[in-house]
This record gives sequence, structure tokens and C-alpha cells, in this order.
Amino acid sequence: MKILVAVKRVIDYNVQIRVKEDGTGVVTDNVKMSTNPPDDNAIEEAVKIKESGKANEIVAITVGEEKAQETVRKALAVGADRGIHVKVDGIIEPLAVSKILQKVVDKEKPDLVFMGKQAIDDDCNQTGQMLAALLNWPQATFASKIEVKDQYLEVTREVDEGLETIEVKTPAIVTCDLRLNEPRYASLPNIMKAKKKPIEEINVSDLGVDVKPRIEQLKVEEPPKRKAGIKVSSVEELVQKLKNEAKVI
Amino acid sequence: MSVLLIAEHNNKEIKSFTLNAITAASQIDEDLHVLLIGHNADDVAKSLSLVPNVKKVIQVDNEIYENYIAESFTPVVLKHAENYSHIVCSANTFGKNLMPRIAALLDTSQVSDIIKVISTDTFLRPIYAGNAFATVKSSDLKKCITIRPTSFEAAQTSGGTAEIVKADKHEVTTNTKFIKKEEVKSDRPELGTARIVISGGRGMQNGENFKLITDIADKLNAAIGASRAAVDAGYITNDHQVGQTGKVVVPDLYIAVGISGAIQHLAGMKESKIIVAINKDGEAPIFSVADYGLEADLFEALPKFLEELNKLNTIQK
Amino acid sequence: MSREVMEYDVIIVGGGPSGLSTAIKLKQLNPDINVCLLEKASEIGAHILSGNVFETRALDELLPNWKELNAPIKTKVTKEKFLFLSKTKKISWPTWLLPKVQQNHNNYIISLANLCRWLAEQAESLGIEIFPGFPASEIIYNENGSVKGVATQDMGLDKEGNKKDSYEPGIELHAKVTVFAEGCRGHLGKQLIKKFDLDKGKDPQQYGIGFKEIWEIKEENHQKGLVMHTAGWPLDNSTYGGSFVYHAENKQVFLGYVIGLDYKNPHLSPFDEFQRFKTHPSIKSLIEGGKRISYGARALIEGGFQSLPKMFMPGALLVGCDAGTLNMPKIKGSHTAMKSGMIAAETINDHLKENKDLSIYEDKFKKSWLYKELFEARNVKPSFGWGLILGIIFTGIDQILFRGKLPFTLKHKHADHQTLKPANEMPKIEYPKPDNVITFDKTSSVYLTGTNHADNQPVHLQLKDKDLPINYTLEKFDEPAQRYCPVGVYEVQRENEKDKFVINSQNCIHCKTCDIKEPSQNINWVTPEGGGGPKYGNM
Repeated sequence: MKILVAVKRVIDYNVQIRVKEDGTGVVTDNVKMSTNPPDDNAIEEAVKIKESGKANEIVAITVGEEKAQETVRKALAVGADRGIHVKVDGIIEPLAVSKILQKVVDKEKPDLVFMGKQAIDDDCNQTGQMLAALLNWPQATFASKIEVKDQYLEVTREVDEGLETIEVKTPAIVTCDLRLNEPRYASLPNIMKAKKKPIEEINVSDLGVDVKPRIEQLKVEEPPKRKAGIKVSSVEELVQKLKNEAKVI
Repeated sequence: MSVLLIAEHNNKEIKSFTLNAITAASQIDEDLHVLLIGHNADDVAKSLSLVPNVKKVIQVDNEIYENYIAESFTPVVLKHAENYSHIVCSANTFGKNLMPRIAALLDTSQVSDIIKVISTDTFLRPIYAGNAFATVKSSDLKKCITIRPTSFEAAQTSGGTAEIVKADKHEVTTNTKFIKKEEVKSDRPELGTARIVISGGRGMQNGENFKLITDIADKLNAAIGASRAAVDAGYITNDHQVGQTGKVVVPDLYIAVGISGAIQHLAGMKESKIIVAINKDGEAPIFSVADYGLEADLFEALPKFLEELNKLNTIQK
Repeated sequence: MSREVMEYDVIIVGGGPSGLSTAIKLKQLNPDINVCLLEKASEIGAHILSGNVFETRALDELLPNWKELNAPIKTKVTKEKFLFLSKTKKISWPTWLLPKVQQNHNNYIISLANLCRWLAEQAESLGIEIFPGFPASEIIYNENGSVKGVATQDMGLDKEGNKKDSYEPGIELHAKVTVFAEGCRGHLGKQLIKKFDLDKGKDPQQYGIGFKEIWEIKEENHQKGLVMHTAGWPLDNSTYGGSFVYHAENKQVFLGYVIGLDYKNPHLSPFDEFQRFKTHPSIKSLIEGGKRISYGARALIEGGFQSLPKMFMPGALLVGCDAGTLNMPKIKGSHTAMKSGMIAAETINDHLKENKDLSIYEDKFKKSWLYKELFEARNVKPSFGWGLILGIIFTGIDQILFRGKLPFTLKHKHADHQTLKPANEMPKIEYPKPDNVITFDKTSSVYLTGTNHADNQPVHLQLKDKDLPINYTLEKFDEPAQRYCPVGVYEVQRENEKDKFVINSQNCIHCKTCDIKEPSQNINWVTPEGGGGPKYGNM
């Protein structure tokens, strides 16, 4: 079995993002970047499946600018066998990413495609589902537990009401939740070895995919500031405010 | 121009987030139709028809829609999508799972999780976990949109007279099979992802008193947090600790009870959307970050709080 | 316990200016030397914080074509000011009356973190293996006592030190020569200085704590290239310190404050002094209407020549501020750190090629401009032990008239942890509350540093005696850790009628102040799990 894992390079989750003054986006110059956290879970799960003997190859793929390759390199250091870097500059929407992944899947013919449930930068939560649609494959989103069976997966999904279990026949797409596993650390010797693993570079233009954005980002701004708080005089008033003013209960 | 909204329900009742989504959808265009895909869901169709904002309910009823599977819902939506300029649903795990599948097949770049309708093609949505807001304009002819439910009021549920139109199923072979759903009522939401967190501090005085907090958490479907002081004092286990071990929570509502607001604790929760502080020391630093401060003895305030919550007709979950 | 071993010719601990310069110079001298550089931060630059007005002298020697290589050194100093502040007033000191070492034309306003990122790119292009996220936590010795290398930190231990599922043991890196380039108060450097008695016959090392904030200010207030320093208010005459205000690119101002850690009053809070400094009319008017975008702090070396330990030992060298090469009157340590690394590289090359003893480091050092520079600067800092006014007068005579060539050397008398007076003998200081516009609290400040340490790992701020803070330090010094820590790691909490010392180690920005200033030397800073600590951007 072959698993393709998609990873994305995003601003590190510890970094306090800063909105650019001209409203064109957030500051990324010299900001610490990392792999999108649930993508780490996706890689970890693939490696675990391989370690259990149920998969024989893991291919890590990223779509993005030159430096995005770091995320593939990191995936290689924790157990992916080889990498693919589809090079593209500028904003690229999930629809375009899924079309790119579709082309790669056509070529690589993996049995499973894993990725994080959502990227922590644009918070779109679309790519996995879109790829599943384009391939007409089943999808298991928000996975918090994956069991590999013969020809299918049993996946536990974190849904609003609790946990849902579904079976998806392979080939299938799984998007991973943070609770799926605890990603391992890359050891120094494995980082060394990862430097020697192959990464195939593909120019997006060679895939024949239209990546032009369909959504124009008119403005990025800071969220409105916290209003000065008030003291309430009674529990009744508190509950009434929470219900009718803050609308949180 | 008309809007098609895909309803979430359990074949008996409309899920509350759909009512929030209806409000947003009708802000895009008043000609709002709701697509109800389910099995034996006539009651749901009826309730939807009573929602004044809804102009038409399209009901697709078949046993294959007993459980919600994105793969089987998608072709039904696509079949009806033709007549609509906007396809929308709520941005919870239901809509997040379903809508991109539809959007991809319509070759539309989806606009996720909107918090404001600016015009028929322009929306406000949070990015970077709400640390920035983006105003985005979609150039797709047909727009696919998911709506953050908590940013819109729930639509009224009576007074409407929408017609209910039955439509055919659209069977496809899917490779996805529903096995089971475990509704984890007793299992609390995780501290890191809960919409509401209620935390106790040293003011709780002992572990037994955390029962006061647990009762409220049950009522609100909230996660239970604690200050380090409470953990160190052994009132509660350390996996509940907020702010201490790098655990930062950003819920919609954070209720701090008997917590003075040591620098560490504040660091872990001060980005919460709404902060409530209940403390008998009016000078406690926690009040400086609280939206609503209640200077009171928690042993009187908490039972009263529960009592007031019980009086409410609905509580958001 | 046997750990995996990797062998190199040279291992460099720390990816700051000194370590990176050592690495680059080594490869320039001999491309065949294999060099590995370890860095505890999640990426190069993420733990680097500095003013910084950069003198290019060392870089001109190391990479003469730095301009063509697009080094992030762009903003030339165009104008200089020096102000003496009183509470509401200022006196501008004519720059021609400043000692030559404090004149900055030909220098550049830079972000040292970004310079390090760029140096790392140069180093990697030369074939140096750089491993960010891997702290060297332990020194490995040969049987004969010489340094054999280092071990990296174990990853995936829980609070009690038990192995978690994600446990990944550290590995040993062995080398012919190990270079310690951890910066000020390196935790391995500290052990080496003690073990090999490297500071024998030297004055105790002197430190300061430096704060830095980056502000984006209003266009009309910004004068790109302006370098301003102040002395005086809010510090009293007996406390050594001052500010820097550097107008960088993009309407940014690098605003900082340095306070000598030999201060005496345990009630003093360096963080709050810095915050208060910003309320001075001449500073407030500059930043008003602007926005603070970064915050950080780091201890720095102030001891200079008198305190500089021996920098070689069997199998290893100290470079940069792991030894203490900062030039205090110049308020610059980057070019000196780089130069010390370059000299170390020459030493190592001779050692590997011709089997010369590592002690030639000292001869080479003494023949360099670096030595001359530090020697001439030696009397400035100790003269401020007489107070600001006398210090300035002496410095004028020493630096302007005699250019550092006075025939005597003033001594540093005490280590910084010995200078605190009992709390009840010193005046309490009432600091104004932050207004969240110009001045801020520690919580909102630490937010800007992007600091985090992985959950559930052993506390990396170790107490030698866990009861001492409450049983002794609290009563005698009102537990000054609550105040000298720039991010509020240490707190004393009242619990069940008892005081309790609390360490919020996940907030630690690796400044090392506690390790230096704790009056009983009771706090030992050790490396946390790799990648922990701040994530500074353009500091």
C-alpha cells in the first residue's frame, strides 16, 4: 500500500501574527514557519501504518514556494520515503491545490491520501474534501482514529455531537485531527538521512492546472479590540448579559 | 438570484446551527430555499417551512439518506444547484465536510466560515484562528459558502408558510459506510477546543467544591479548566490546567471562578472571546481582562448561576 | 547508557554571530573539514536579540563581498544623538565630545537575528551542517579529561523525567575540536570555565540585562538612520545603564534598555525601568501613535578585558560572549564575537593541519585588533562603579584624552549575584501601572516573543535548594526573581497561608538573568527540549 501525505508550510503556531498596515495580508518576513500542525499528525499516522507493515511507501508532497520544501524535508526526516514539491508562487487556493494533487494522484496512484484537516493560516478546511470529490473517492474528515483493514479503513471522526465511525473503501482521502496521535521528533541522524532522500520538483505549469485565484482578498485587518469590561451586580444580570448581549450561551 | 441552503438535522429536528445559517443566507438573498436531505424527516420539513426566512423547502427523502454521508448528499445538491447563485450551509463539522465536495464539482472556490455578509459576492471571514479578518470577494458565478453559526442570530422558527416540495433521490454507489455515532454527552469537550471553558482556582478551597463547576459545565457543555494554584493544591488533575504548561485556550466564553488572575493564567486565556470573572476580591487582576466581572462569593454565585441557566429555554451547544 | 554517536572534525555549539563566523571561516580555510553546528532555537535567529548598530570590520574580513551577497545590512547610520535625561528634561551632549568608540558613522542599523539567518545561508552553501532545534545539553569528556564533544538533549521526557511515547534519546557528537558559542552565560560554557578554571586570576564576570522592543512609529517621527542613546533617568546615579533608540527601515524604531546586573536594590525591576523610560517626554513623543510589534530581553556581557577567561582548553575553545568579547563602551559585541570566531577557526585549522596546540588561540587573539579594542575599552565599565557622573568624567579622560591607554586597569570587584543589599535596607520602588499604549505588563510582552516550551517536560530552571527561595531569599531580598525576570517566570504565591515559589518555565525566553543574578546562585539554567524558547523575528 502506498500513502501520499500532503503537507503545508504555515506561520508557526506560537508566533503572534501581525497584520500589515496596508491591509494586504499578514507579515511573513523573517517569521518562523513550520509544518501545519495537523499535517504532522497525518505524516505520523502514515509512518505508524508503515511501521505496522500495512504500507510500504510514504510519499510526502507540498505545493508552494521554494522554501515550502522544508516541510517535505521534515516529513522525510520522520519517516516518509520520498518527496514531491510542486512549485508555485503566490496565493494558491484549496481548489487549485486539490486539482494539483489530483494530477499527482493520477500519476502516483496511492491507495490513501492523508493530510491535516485544516491549515492554520487560511483556515479554509477544503482541500481534502475537494480532492476526494475530484477523484470521486470516499472521504473521512476530522479523523481521530484510523484502523487499516483489508481493502478499507475504519475511521473515527470528531464531529460536533461526538464521535462518528465510518468505513471507507480504499482508495480514500483522510484528513487528520490533532487528536489522532502524537507526532514524533525527528532525530538528528534521521534528519541527516532525510537530506539524501529524493524530492521530485515539479513546476505547476507542467501540470496544466489553472491556479489563478478565484477569490480576491480585498482587505486583511485586525479583529476589533476587546471592549472595556463591566462589573455586573448580580448573577441574573450576568446570565442575561451572556445570553442577550454577548450571545455566547 | 436565489440561495440554496443545505439543512442539518437528525431526521427529527433541525440542528440549531442551521437556523443561524438561515439568517446569514437570507442576508445574501431573500429568496432562500432549503434543501432537506434525509429519511422520514417530515417533521423537519414542517419546522423548516415555518421559518419565516425560508421561501421553499425541497425535501428529498430516502432511506439512503438516513445517515449523513457527504458522498451521497453531494449528487443531490448538485442536481438542484443549477437554479441557484449561492449554495450555503453552516460551518460546523457537517458543512465543513460537505460543502468543499460540492464546490469542487461545481469548479467553485469556496468561501469558508464567513462571519459577515457584505454583499452578494463579498464576505468577511476570520483567518489565522481569528487573529485577523479578511474581506474577500468571490468571482465564481456560483458561490459556495459556509457560515460561522455563532456570528449570526438564529432565525425565528414560527410564522412562516413556505411550500414543501418533494424531490427525487439521486442514488450513487458510494464507498463510504456509516457504522455508528457515539454522542458523547458525558465526555466533556477538550479543553483546547471547547467553545466554553469554566475554570476554578484556589478560591474553590477543595476538590469537592469543583462539583459546583462540574454542574455548570454539564449544563453548558463546557470544558473544565483550572488555575495552577488549584492543580498544585490537588483540587483537580493537571490536565485541566490553563496557562501553566503552555496550554492556551481561546473559547467563545471563558468563566474564571475564584481565580485571582496570576500572570500565567491570564496568558493562557486572555484571548478568549468573552471572559467572565467571579471573585470576591474586587481588586483581583482577573477583573482587568474580564468583559463581565461579578464581585461575589462563589459559593453563593455558582448555585445561583446554575439556577438561572436552568431557567433558560435554550442554551447554545 | 549508550547513545548513538556521530563524528565530526569540528562541532560548534550555538548559531549566533560567533559560531556562524567560526563555521564559515573554517570552511574557507579548508573545505574538507566537516563541521556541524547545533542551535537550540527552532531556527537560526529565533533566539538572537541585539540592538543593533553593526560595525562591519569583522564581516569585511570574513565575507568582503557581503554587499553583493545581499546581506541584510542596509541602513547606514546618518545621525547621532546622546541625551542625558532627567525626569522631564533632557540635555543633548554634542557628539564631537563623545569618545571615538561611541561614534557610529560608517556603521549600520541592523537586525542581528536576520544577519544570523543570512550567515547561516552562507554557511550552509559552504557545506556546513546546521541543526536547529537541537540543544547541546551535556559535555562529553575523553578519559584524559579533554573535551570529546557534546550530547544533544533527550526529547520526549515528561515532567518527572519519565520517557513518553515520543521519547527520542539525545545523541553524542564527537569532534576533534568543539567550539562553544552559546552567547552570554552559556550553560555549557559556564561548566567549562569552572572545570578548567578558565577564569583564574580574572575579575568576576559582569553582566547586564538588555531589553528590546520594535516599534512601528508615525512617519513624521521617523528619521531613518538616526542613532540615539540616553543615560540618566529613570535610573539613579548608582545604577549602570542606558537606552538605545535606533531608527531602522520601514518606519521601525529599535527601542531598548540595558541595565547592569550589578544593581544593589532588590526592589528594582529592570523590566519596569524600561517601561518607565518610555514615558519620558522625549521618548513618548517619538512612539506615541505608533505600535509595539516585538519584545524581548537577553543578558549580555559587560566585564570586558578584565573578566575575559582563558578561551582554550584541551579539545575545545570558547568564542564570542560564551567567553565575553563584548566591547561595553562601544555597546557592540557582534563584530568582536565574529572576530573571535574567525580567530578560533584559524586556530583549529592550524591545530588540525599542523597539530599545533589549541593554546595558539591566545597568541593569535593577542595579535588581533580585537585584543587591542577590548584592552582600550577596559576601564570604562568599572569607572561607573563610582556613579554615573564620575564614570562619565573618567570615561571622557580615559577614552578621549588617553584613548584607553591609561597605565592602569580598574577592577570589577564583585560578581553580580553578590551586589544586592537586603530588601529592608533599600527603598521600595513604586512603578506606575502600564497604560497598554506606551507601557505594558509582562504578560502582553511575553506574548510578542512567540515563546513556548513543549508541554510536560522537565523544568529547565533548576533550583539547587528548592526551599531557599521562600526560606531565605524571600525574607532577605524580597525574592528578586519576581522582578529581574523579564517575562514573569518566577512568582511567589500565597497559598493556604503559606508562601510558595512558582516557576513558570514555559515562559522562559532564555535570557539567563536568573542564572546570573540569583543572590545564592541557586537557579541553574539548563537546556529545555529543542525548539523551545522565543521565536524572535527581526530582533
